[in-house]
Amino acid sequence: MTLVVSDLSVDHGAIRAIDGISFRIEEGQMAAVIGANGAGKTTLLRALSGLTRATMGSATWQGHELLYSKPEKLVRLGVSHVSEGKSVIPELTVDENLQLGALWRRNSEESRATREKILETFPRLAERLSQPADTLSGGERAMLAIGRALMSKPQLLLLDEPSLGLAPLIVEQIFQSIRDLTTHMGLTVILVEQNAMSALKIADFGIVLNLGRIAAMNSAQQLIFDPQVRAAYLGY
Amino acid sequence: MYQLINTILIGITSGAIYSLMAIALVLVWRSARVVNFAQAGQALLSTYIGYEFIQKFHSFWLALLLAMIAGAAVSALIDATFMRTLFRRAGHGPIAGVAPIIATLGLLGVIRSGLGLIVGGKDVRIAPPVSNVGYTVSGHTLAFSPLKLLVVGSVLILMLVLSLLFQRTNVGLALRASAYSPEIARLAGVRVDGMRTLGWALAGAAGAAAGMLQTPDGSGALSPDSLEFSLLLVFGFIAAVIGGLESLVGAVVGGLLLGMVLAFVLIYISTSLVFITAFALLIVVLLVKPGGLIGSRRGRRA
Amino acid sequence: MRKFMNSYFGRLAFFIVLGFVLFLASNRVDELRVYQGATVAMYVVAISSLILLTGYSGQVSLGHGALLAIGGYAAALARNHFSAPIWLCFVVAIVATAMAGAVIGTAAARLSGPYLAGSTLALAVGLPSIANQFHILGGEQGLLFDLGAPPARLGADFTQYKWYFWIASVVALIAIWLLQNILRSRFGRTWRAVRSNEVAAELAGIHVGKSKTLAFTVSAGLAGLAGALLAMTIGTVSPSAFPLTLSFALLTGAVLSGVTTLSGVIIGALVLVATPDIADAISNRFASSDNVTTNLPGLLVSSLLILVVLLVPNGPVEQMRTLRARRSVKKTQ
Repeated sequence: MTLVVSDLSVDHGAIRAIDGISFRIEEGQMAAVIGANGAGKTTLLRALSGLTRATMGSATWQGHELLYSKPEKLVRLGVSHVSEGKSVIPELTVDENLQLGALWRRNSEESRATREKILETFPRLAERLSQPADTLSGGERAMLAIGRALMSKPQLLLLDEPSLGLAPLIVEQIFQSIRDLTTHMGLTVILVEQNAMSALKIADFGIVLNLGRIAAMNSAQQLIFDPQVRAAYLGY
Repeated sequence: MYQLINTILIGITSGAIYSLMAIALVLVWRSARVVNFAQAGQALLSTYIGYEFIQKFHSFWLALLLAMIAGAAVSALIDATFMRTLFRRAGHGPIAGVAPIIATLGLLGVIRSGLGLIVGGKDVRIAPPVSNVGYTVSGHTLAFSPLKLLVVGSVLILMLVLSLLFQRTNVGLALRASAYSPEIARLAGVRVDGMRTLGWALAGAAGAAAGMLQTPDGSGALSPDSLEFSLLLVFGFIAAVIGGLESLVGAVVGGLLLGMVLAFVLIYISTSLVFITAFALLIVVLLVKPGGLIGSRRGRRA
Repeated sequence: MRKFMNSYFGRLAFFIVLGFVLFLASNRVDELRVYQGATVAMYVVAISSLILLTGYSGQVSLGHGALLAIGGYAAALARNHFSAPIWLCFVVAIVATAMAGAVIGTAAARLSGPYLAGSTLALAVGLPSIANQFHILGGEQGLLFDLGAPPARLGADFTQYKWYFWIASVVALIAIWLLQNILRSRFGRTWRAVRSNEVAAELAGIHVGKSKTLAFTVSAGLAGLAGALLAMTIGTVSPSAFPLTLSFALLTGAVLSGVTTLSGVIIGALVLVATPDIADAISNRFASSDNVTTNLPGLLVSSLLILVVLLVPNGPVEQMRTLRARRSVKKTQ
């Protein structure tokens, strides 16, 4: 049940955003993908979730090919993507955003259990269930987006910069919650982040992307102490 | 005194029909960000189908239901084939904004002339299922009859059903999510294309109802050149735009407002000022609120 | 050769030559064709006004028929009440409609997509009915617009319709030439910038509202001119000469021509004039009822519109350019 990506390339018109990358992620592990802006991190997630059509290569998960399919189909295969920035629907209430994630599931017992767990982890959401999502603060929106993704009962979770625009303290809380929830649910996670340090701290291993190629790949611990990575992305 | 009451009643009844057309337009706009100019044409087509059903089954009610189903089916077909092809071919070019308007106008023309070719010249009439004789109150005849009560009642029921559908059901949630943020809805597993087609289908049903309910109320005659058809086309659209295109409530408000204003102008001033009044009302509303009366909170996001 | 054609004098020469060709042609065809030729010229002006507004400035108008009406009535009033000479009637039509366009344009600039479409639709339906209210506008019968017989020095053989054809063609040629110059100037570039991305244009220092209003004003002026030409060819102006279907037909013509470029405008105009003829021929061939004759033209035009939008959305001229470009890329590979 590993995620195996081989020779993945994605073109945006004439520009090759991702250039022949390959990696594996074992089931239940969290991989942090870090790199500068424009390195291809978001494109990677979009290709895996079906929002962007890959040009070449393959990504297999549980025996299924993930690439070249529509997002709706991939959700049913257990892939859930929290996209960058616009991850909640502002006109719907908090409750409705959560419900949205579980719409395609038939089993309402399980959905209810998942919902309980999410609200338990993010009590701020429980307080605001009937409020429209555009009244939430940045941190609450991140929580809601993650909650919505989890409601789809994913097995592979793709998170695109959940820390964007959030205060450092909130980032700590949210990252810890993410780690707790995903370990509890046995999820495989790809966490794309600009905030390399926070991401590597909670991840099992890391991939460094630069200009669409893999510049380094190692366990998270190793990367934290790698001098080149430290200089380029960790700031010391 | 009775003239005032009658004017209000006329305003409500005609406004109800415009609201129904406006609802159809809003449904498509919210599902697909397209103004479906062919809506009135589809309504006409569905009404013809309803007429055929009346001939066959001799029941207005059954025919109404079947016409609505037929209207929904035709509408869904239009989205699944015509509109999908259109977006694939013209959705990203320089005329992306204008293409759906032109395409639906073309569709309107085809339906209108096509129907004219097939059934024009024949005398097609739909008789009222209930009496159209006005109720009398202390010797005065009101401009309100069982038929008109039926029309207004049907619109209210339809609006209620649609609101409940949208706000209280899973399908409604999926429809709204698909309309607000198709990308996020996809990521949540919602079949966005299917939801869009469903929106078109609902609109087709609403339009069919508008046509079926309006025809017996007027002269009863059905024809692409009739005044009723033009009114349905133009005023339904104006009502939708006044209401703001973003909400069903707006559609109803727009329709009723238009109906009332036109009724007053019609009775108290002059019949020939009707179109220019509609235009003036539209301009006044848009000057004050460029996004319509019940404009979206998000502002312009076309 | 292409360089010459693209230069200022090259284009001017082209129009002059075209004018001569038309003059020669008009001597060889019958009255009906000459009359149709005048109508084609009128449509060329009308469609080009829509190409400017929609193709270049990105604003949708479903109500250009109303603007034609303003021009037509203005010309008729100038003629009837002031015995204005021909050229002055046209100038009055242009100015009057342009002023109306400026007013409408300022309101229109604030509206987006469907709201603009809705307002212009209401305008198309509402404006002509105003004429019914005012006696000076002739009510339902309308006003006469008589430009008089052709001048004697053109000879006794010079028919009325040939005179109309001449006037319409000369006017159209001048109008298109001027429009082409405007579209190639910085105004045209500004309009295109606003059409592709309003926010970016605003950030680049373009005053979007003014630009849109200007486009509307110029477009209206052209539409008014077309309206005067229409009035000339049919001899009267009345509300029934400017129905909603006229506005739709113009939009159709613009799309058929390729709404983003002026090069194909003659195609749309020809189709609009030819279709009723073709429809007549078809229904005569099959000896059909009145029913068919009234509805067939509409069916043909609408079907054509749908086909064009689906198959050739940018218009035939652009499509050919793209094909030619692709072929030359293939050659170099």
